[in-house]
Amino acid sequence: MTDDLAVETAGLTKRFGDTDVVDHLDLAVPVGSVFGFLGPNGSGKTTTIRMLLGLIRPSAGSLRLLGRPMPAAASDVLPDVGALVEGPAFYPWLTGRENLHRLDAAGPDGWRASRSSRADVALARVGLTAAADKRYRAYSLGMTQRLGLAATLLRPRRLLLLDEPTNGMDPQGTREIRHFIRELAEEGTTVFLSSHLLGEVEQVCTHIGIVSLGRLVAQGPLDELRADGDATLRVETDDAEVAAAVLIRMGLNAVTLAGAVVSAALDGHRPEHCCRELVNAGVGVRSLTTDRPSLEDAYVALTGEGFDVAG
Amino acid sequence: MLRAEVSLLFRRLRIKVLLGVLVLVPVIVAGAVRLSGSGPNPGEGPQFLDQVTHNGVFAALVGLTITLPIFLPLAVAVVAGDTIAGEANLGTLRYLLARPCGRTRLLVVKGITVLLFCVVASLTVAIAGLAAGAVLFPIGSLTTLSGTTLSLVDGTLRILAAAVLVGGSLFGLAAVGMFVSTLTDAPVGAMAATAGVAVLCGVLDAIPQLHALHPWLLTHWWLSFGDLLRSPVAWTNILRNVGLQALYAVIFATAAWARFSDKDILA
Repeated sequence: MTDDLAVETAGLTKRFGDTDVVDHLDLAVPVGSVFGFLGPNGSGKTTTIRMLLGLIRPSAGSLRLLGRPMPAAASDVLPDVGALVEGPAFYPWLTGRENLHRLDAAGPDGWRASRSSRADVALARVGLTAAADKRYRAYSLGMTQRLGLAATLLRPRRLLLLDEPTNGMDPQGTREIRHFIRELAEEGTTVFLSSHLLGEVEQVCTHIGIVSLGRLVAQGPLDELRADGDATLRVETDDAEVAAAVLIRMGLNAVTLAGAVVSAALDGHRPEHCCRELVNAGVGVRSLTTDRPSLEDAYVALTGEGFDVAG
Repeated sequence: MLRAEVSLLFRRLRIKVLLGVLVLVPVIVAGAVRLSGSGPNPGEGPQFLDQVTHNGVFAALVGLTITLPIFLPLAVAVVAGDTIAGEANLGTLRYLLARPCGRTRLLVVKGITVLLFCVVASLTVAIAGLAAGAVLFPIGSLTTLSGTTLSLVDGTLRILAAAVLVGGSLFGLAAVGMFVSTLTDAPVGAMAATAGVAVLCGVLDAIPQLHALHPWLLTHWWLSFGDLLRSPVAWTNILRNVGLQALYAVIFATAAWARFSDKDILA
């Protein structure tokens, strides 16, 4: 048990009926990281977040939030945790401001004297001040999302759990959320972001965990996961066969020929060296590139290619 | 949090409409009696109806008698059935619990609010009846069912006490409703089931062959509030009613807690 983990689970399992929706999950989310929790639809992401918040009891395993066991320490820990789970949810017949007041009053630390100022600060931060006294019923989708974010900002948080925060948002909304996550991370808040959108995760996260069918298949700093696969050399030339021969002579593996394109696993060979050898051998190089595997490649390799919804 | 919960309930359009209907019932009854010119013959119509033309304050008691079998239980079923299932349906339940508000605390706050609503609803009927009666009929000292007289002030206080008692008669049903509400994420289902329990009790109460069961039915002692208007007050049935309501309330509140404290919140 270490203090520098904001979220730590050991053998976390949730069984519904006879399927393990979450299967022996061992998460380690460092304090201060922006952790992307990545997986296809139905891979157990939301169930995991619900367990972290104490909404669902684990069938097996243990979990700690900010160093404290959950759900035992829920009343001490959760005030420091902001959460957005499966979209915002508020009372349609109350205004945005009243909704925040209601939520604030429900907690153990919702001091009445400072409630209004907390709500006002949160509303201002998400740009909802002008619409604060409109009924929630009249809010647009983007405004409901902002109010959800405002609720997570009612007090300074040490950890933010965001479940698919950009679901159903337009590109502007998505950009705003990204901006918002970066800003909070700079202030030192640990952000745990679940998503099935690679682009989203790749742009803001420092660490990722990839989950498939309830199992964690990879976890670590983003750069390490990206670098896990080997870079590939890709040469476009009319003298493809000659080029392939040169590369094989140089000792490159997995040399393949596809029309005018030769590719090979770089295996630590330097691309500029390969280029010189090719030119010296009289190969007319039209283009030479090295493809580093993207997160997408790593993701697909780990979770499968198919369009089938898991589980 | 209790204050927030109460204002959340009473700001809702649905609740305003329910209370509006409860105001209308005694007003309509009093108005109808006034327009027909002469009151009904003694013994006709609901309990106390023949008294209204002599003394307007009886409109409150008529209102309570009429609303108790259907309107009040329905209103309580709507509110109690909505407690947990309604929050689940809106999705606000997960945010309340993640806030964290504590499951037991949420149930307690919801429970107090529902009981408060029971009393407010029956007081609404009584006060609307008193007001309508005072406007449409002469009011004055009140003849009890035993034939003695009470001053207007004493009589009015007795009537308000009867209203509180009617509110208390609904506590058992309220607890049943809250328990049902922890079983489902569909508030309409919980409301219907709760109203169904009240109707079922009324039906069983009307079958003579089941008389052994009758004293234990939720609705059996409901009309005992009238005994407050005897002199001296006939406490036996009133106390039976209070005791039975308390029994139901404790049993179903415990069941609701047992269910809710351990429930996986998937909504």
